[in-house]
Amino acid sequence: MSNISRRKLITTGLAATAGVAGLAAASHLVRRYGLIPPDCRGIYGPGETLTYAAQRLLTKHSLAREFPRSMISKVPFANATAPPSDAFKRHQAVGFSDWRLAVDGMVARPGSFSLADLKALPVHNQITEVTCEEGWSYVAEWIGTPLANVLNAAGVLPQARYIVYFSIEPDWWDSIDMADALHPQTFLTLGMNDGDLPVSFGGPLRLRVPRQLGYKSVKYITRITATDSVKRFGKGLGSAAPEGGYAWYAGI
Amino acid sequence: MPVSSPLSVSVTPRHSALVRVTHWITVISFLALLITGAEIVISHPRFYWGETGNSETPALFTLPIPSSRGTVPTGYNYVMPDQNGWSRYLHFEAAWVLVLTGLVYGVAGVCTAHFRKNLLPAPADRRWSAFRAVLAKTFRRAPPDEAESRSYNVVQRTVYLLVIFVLFPLVIWTGLALSPAFDSAVPAAVNVLGGRQSARTLHFFVSGFLVVFLVVHVAMIVLAGFWSRMRAMITGRVEQPSERT
Repeated sequence: MSNISRRKLITTGLAATAGVAGLAAASHLVRRYGLIPPDCRGIYGPGETLTYAAQRLLTKHSLAREFPRSMISKVPFANATAPPSDAFKRHQAVGFSDWRLAVDGMVARPGSFSLADLKALPVHNQITEVTCEEGWSYVAEWIGTPLANVLNAAGVLPQARYIVYFSIEPDWWDSIDMADALHPQTFLTLGMNDGDLPVSFGGPLRLRVPRQLGYKSVKYITRITATDSVKRFGKGLGSAAPEGGYAWYAGI
Repeated sequence: MPVSSPLSVSVTPRHSALVRVTHWITVISFLALLITGAEIVISHPRFYWGETGNSETPALFTLPIPSSRGTVPTGYNYVMPDQNGWSRYLHFEAAWVLVLTGLVYGVAGVCTAHFRKNLLPAPADRRWSAFRAVLAKTFRRAPPDEAESRSYNVVQRTVYLLVIFVLFPLVIWTGLALSPAFDSAVPAAVNVLGGRQSARTLHFFVSGFLVVFLVVHVAMIVLAGFWSRMRAMITGRVEQPSERT
């Protein structure tokens, strides 16, 4: 065997070892930190996965910017969608006194919370920005209880990886990973700017995810469920958004 | 690649493989970003300054086009087709390609002294008179001399350095500043720009400057000889003047 081919053999061997070690380290990182989004397939999958993985490593515990009270928008934009369904109107007719939030899936104590139950949990406020994928934005004060409080009260199991949340309106649901679900600024929001949360802004109950675009903050929440896989929900892409062509992860 | 054929001895290398490959990847990703960026703007063709802005607040300026969303006051009774979903997916995927390509180009450009040798103007050329001489020659439509098919003049060098080290970093920065998650990790990225809406408006203008560069760049290539310049950027070689006669 000549020197050249031996050198080539050693170099190739080292490169292959480094490659395999690199892949093993990458797959370990991916498993440990959950760096693959549900909509990772298709031609846009690589870009989406890079964005989600990079931001999960960078922003796991970071807090969305909070603003002084003076920066609260005088005219917030409700972005009112379709008129409410009859089911919603029945709750509205009795002042939402019978509104309930069901909590199920991978939790030790499935159950449901009335709005009064939620208000009895520690209630916080935050002045954060709503940023729409279209480009507009506004700042408001949001009052509610961190989703983590409800998950802790229900005893979310360690194998849960996503929280799926549903609106009372049909085909309106989404999901977030545990990093966002347990994030201190992810609120089950009951109030806005010192008052009740107006219907046009998602009242009586909206899940606010301030580190992602507005479309992740689903209005009129009636059910949350903890799961280790979003495959069973809808088309298995994690939310209704990818089914309509939009990214599941909206931290961009 | 060794050149051994006697017919091609008069062909000299112009652009390195690294420059050619990264150039064309950048072309493709920039065009994807441009088309999808325009598509995203259509969903809200109003621009603002400061932290916030929406359909209920006065705009800094409004593009005179219909919107793809019915909630935006544009003055038109027409709502354009909404293409935001795939546009956003492709915008961010192309941005990754552009950023990773730019990193490879930047690191390799420093290591191979590409920037110092090919783009940094020679000390004698770092003065206004050198600039004016090149511009005067260009506007006279004087034919490019032989050196200009093998090297860049001071105006080209300056513009390329501005695009590589000012405009592209700025467009990436202002784009990242639009990410609510990135801003939570690095709040200064958006705060020093004057807020989220300022970042969006700056992103739009920096993209506009890049489009101006693209238009002038392509126009100059056409004026200098489209096929010879294209061949130089694809095969890496230029013809010697003897062969051109």
